[in-house]
Amino acid sequence: MILDGKAPTGQVDTSWDRYREDMKLVNPSNKRKYKIIVVGSGLAGGAGAASLGELGYNVDCFCYQDSPRRAHSIGAQGGINAAKNYPSDGDSIYRLFYDTVKGGDFRSREADVWRLAQVSNNIIDQCVAQGVPFARDYAGYLDNRSFGGAQVSRTFYARGQTGQQLLLGAYSALSRQIKNKTVTMHPRTEMLDLVVVDGVAKGITVRNLMTGEIESHWADAVVLATGGYVNVFYLSTNAMGSSVTAIWKAVKKGAYMANPCYTQIHPTCIPVHGEHQSKLTLMSESLRNDGRIWVPKKAEDCDKHPSEVPEEGRDYYLERKYPSYGNLAPRDISSRSAKEACDDNRGVGPGKRGVYLDFEAAINRVGKKTIEDRYGNLFDMYEKITDENGYERPMRIYPAPHYNMGGLWVDYECQSNIPGLFVLGEANFSVHGANRLGASALMQGLADGYFVIPYTIAPYLASIKNPGEIKEDHAEFKKSVEDVEAQTNKLLSINGKKTVSELHKELGNIMWENVGMARSKESLTNALKLIPELRDEFWNNVKVTGEGKELNQQLENAGRVADFLEFAEMMAEDALNREESCGGHFRVEHQTDEGEAMRDDENFSYVAAWEFKGVGKKPELHKEPLKFERVHLAVRSYK
Amino acid sequence: MNLFKSTVGRKILMAVTGLCLVGFISVHLLGNLSVFAGPDGINAYAEHLHSLGPLVWIFRLIMLGLFAVHITFGVQLYLENKAATPDNYAVQKTLVTTFSAKTMVFTGLIVLAFLLYHLLHFTVQITNPDISAHNIALDAANRLDVFTMVTASFQNAFIAGIYIVAMIALLLHLMHGISSWVQTFGWSSGPSQDKVTAIGKIVAIVYGLAYIAIPLLLLARIVK
Amino acid sequence: MDLTLHVWRQKGPQDKGKLETYQAKDVSPDMSFLEMLDEVNDGLIKSGKDPIAFDHDCREGICGMCSQVINGRPHGKQEKTTVCQLHMRQYNDGDEIFIEPWRAKAFPVQKDLIVDRSALDVIMQAGGYVSCHTGGVDDANAMLIPKPIADYAMDAAECIGCGACIAACPNSSAMLFTGAKVAQLAALPQGKPEAKKRVKAMTEALLEEGFGNCTNHYECEAACPKGISVKFIAKLNREYLKSLLPSSTGV
Repeated sequence: MILDGKAPTGQVDTSWDRYREDMKLVNPSNKRKYKIIVVGSGLAGGAGAASLGELGYNVDCFCYQDSPRRAHSIGAQGGINAAKNYPSDGDSIYRLFYDTVKGGDFRSREADVWRLAQVSNNIIDQCVAQGVPFARDYAGYLDNRSFGGAQVSRTFYARGQTGQQLLLGAYSALSRQIKNKTVTMHPRTEMLDLVVVDGVAKGITVRNLMTGEIESHWADAVVLATGGYVNVFYLSTNAMGSSVTAIWKAVKKGAYMANPCYTQIHPTCIPVHGEHQSKLTLMSESLRNDGRIWVPKKAEDCDKHPSEVPEEGRDYYLERKYPSYGNLAPRDISSRSAKEACDDNRGVGPGKRGVYLDFEAAINRVGKKTIEDRYGNLFDMYEKITDENGYERPMRIYPAPHYNMGGLWVDYECQSNIPGLFVLGEANFSVHGANRLGASALMQGLADGYFVIPYTIAPYLASIKNPGEIKEDHAEFKKSVEDVEAQTNKLLSINGKKTVSELHKELGNIMWENVGMARSKESLTNALKLIPELRDEFWNNVKVTGEGKELNQQLENAGRVADFLEFAEMMAEDALNREESCGGHFRVEHQTDEGEAMRDDENFSYVAAWEFKGVGKKPELHKEPLKFERVHLAVRSYK
Repeated sequence: MNLFKSTVGRKILMAVTGLCLVGFISVHLLGNLSVFAGPDGINAYAEHLHSLGPLVWIFRLIMLGLFAVHITFGVQLYLENKAATPDNYAVQKTLVTTFSAKTMVFTGLIVLAFLLYHLLHFTVQITNPDISAHNIALDAANRLDVFTMVTASFQNAFIAGIYIVAMIALLLHLMHGISSWVQTFGWSSGPSQDKVTAIGKIVAIVYGLAYIAIPLLLLARIVK
Repeated sequence: MDLTLHVWRQKGPQDKGKLETYQAKDVSPDMSFLEMLDEVNDGLIKSGKDPIAFDHDCREGICGMCSQVINGRPHGKQEKTTVCQLHMRQYNDGDEIFIEPWRAKAFPVQKDLIVDRSALDVIMQAGGYVSCHTGGVDDANAMLIPKPIADYAMDAAECIGCGACIAACPNSSAMLFTGAKVAQLAALPQGKPEAKKRVKAMTEALLEEGFGNCTNHYECEAACPKGISVKFIAKLNREYLKSLLPSSTGV
């Protein structure tokens, strides 16, 4: 089937304005008749719930954490982009739009990206009005920094905790609506099913994580803003509770998953230290501004203390391969180069999966004090985790799964192919194409939540004849609760030998080795063989203790891993289908002689939206062709 | 009114009344130290106080009010704080707080008990038969011989002991109290906090030692 | 290294709960404290026992979910470090470690080391925001905020809402948590119009939720994994005093 993204036709520059002029509205006094469910309370969900509540809709917001303030948007460090052009360095909405499309390797929908760039300026205004303490200069003006993939300074930041500050801003707006009783918050509640009645999303089934009660909630529209799925790799920079579950349940009810193979591997993370590791820690990419990345030229030098490796024995491989961008090459390129060096047995540190990030030259050039001022908190964090002093010996870094550009397929209105189901933020696929630029995730989350969904949900709601007509007493709701209870009981009854985390670790290994930074037909076929085997083992040999009707963290994790085990197959399937290299998706068969990614615009300039056909069955591919009118397709070059 | 119910409001009331009471003990201390000047010193001081007439009573009423507020809210806050912390940790540890901060309500109550005793002792004069109003003589200048009354009392080890213990409690109370009001009024800001605390402690120790010196020196008959 | 753990086990909110002893064997110094507990839990699960329930999520020290009192100190012995960032190299072979939940009336234990911290959300709902609408606000540079003020607000805003300040406070007072938000918003021009209302509402909510009163112990600052200063409590006190003063407009 050919999908239609329903983006306004005509000139892209005015598409969002024209959309808003033409859209159907909901009369203010009618708004209170509608109930909207928002799942997730991060930047997209929190901002969306607050804004919809303020408009007058009845909003029920759900999150699995104990407070909406803990959503993993909080982990973002670097900053948020906007086309304010405060430094007068030539930025504009067009440029932000262009950089985002190019950075995404021309695999995103133009109109969506334009809208994002256009509302980016409103976001900064909004956050400042909320009291977000962005960095400022002594005169009181907002400060900007530059970030990868852009030639202008357009990144706003709040120390190294921009995500935290923006999230707390959204949380404060949400708190205000909770106080005003327009939003009802359901913390420690996990969505375990989407209820679809006659093809339309009408509610969700959730598990109260404190009591284990399973209950349903009806709504006239369901908004999913449940973040990313890179925990499919087990080790990632995502929070421990981040999962594919909410969107996967939607997929199982008919929603299409778009471009699941587009995952971003962040180059500057602290390497894995051992078998027991549960989580990877990211350090801001800004370190690459002053650090030089190298590995020894000879494998036998890898065990030596780095200071014993002479200058001529070091391979500054990024500077060698990309002389003009050097250590600042984009994320996908630097990550892949690190992997290549380690595959060549020249990795350093325990397990040999690490490369040096060396500040010696920078310290000699500008002094230790300056480096300390710039990155002191990162050096401290590095030392806390590794017990090594980054000033005295080079840091060790290695890429780690960090973000997914893929997600549920949505049209221009952020509505999935299931009417009434809207998807925001990282959970949808829409704006980042095959690769996301730094400081753009925060921008998308808040754009979707504050400035897109409050508009685009209105036409759908206005089309509903009898709001609240279908409630929890409908047969579909009862069936949904029964299905969820059945899965819970099944998980508890297996009583096998392996723990949930052991099986999750095994899945992670399969995915990292075969569907990780470099993928091949062979590795993907291998993954497609191994994943179903592991899934079978899971359902026969997992051990989940305790009961369903109580706080049971093992049971929560088991459900999430069960969904990853199904989703992983679709991800590998998508990677196998995409016979090209673009952005975060690198197929070793498709590279230039110099090892650069080779896109195939002729055959793959489309969004791959997958329809679930049953567990273990091959999903069906639907395509949304991508048209580029405002930008010209070009080969990404960072040489 | 909000002030009497609010957590910060009551904290401010504690600070204001506490500060006034520090003012009181400052004046009281200066007066008391006149005992070291011999009979002429303290007897003249007592004579002067008595000559104030109704002012003394106004002053006493104000003092009563200050104490009432300080004690009522002090106890009330303590009870609320107890209720807010129903369970103890198996390993109980504190890092920066002090013994004096943790024992404010107890040192305060000791000082209160002492205050009652002190009034009965020197003002109502019923606790020590040696110094009841009937047998206090007038001094050479025809003033009440307070000096003899005080020395007679403090040469009694039991009475001096009560005073010394009570003044140690006062010292502890002031160790936390004096610096605390700066924070409560919102005048401390980060780095100045340590200095404020240190100054508060020094002032408390000076006051405490000066107060303890009176019974101690009289008991040791260094002053007689 | 091998360690002896004494962990608070409590089946549910109504259960009495008690400390139970476990052995943690072959602990690597590179593990984080929570990874050490993961290992202990894997062992418990395999022997058919209920694993230790504890809150955690981001494991990078920012979400504020983790909440354990280790040997009497919230988040353990390393300064300015959350439990998830605490590493086992801080401990020695043979150490005995007591692990308990946050203890306060306002934080009822739900299970083992998990407490209910929704009272903190209630304090925020009482006024921890600027009442601006989505959209229709001024340009971000319309009101200038000098760098020192922006930095001051950011210092206060670093609070992760974990509740260690309450767990450490001998009175279970939430004044540092509340003060940080009051100070952040009172310092910024955007927050000033509601400053009087905010400080009253938030401090009232604090008592209603069962937290204690601040008596200037400063244990909160010492326990805070983000090093939030008690100067923000002073700022709250000053804001409260200001709210008592009559203004020329009578409002």
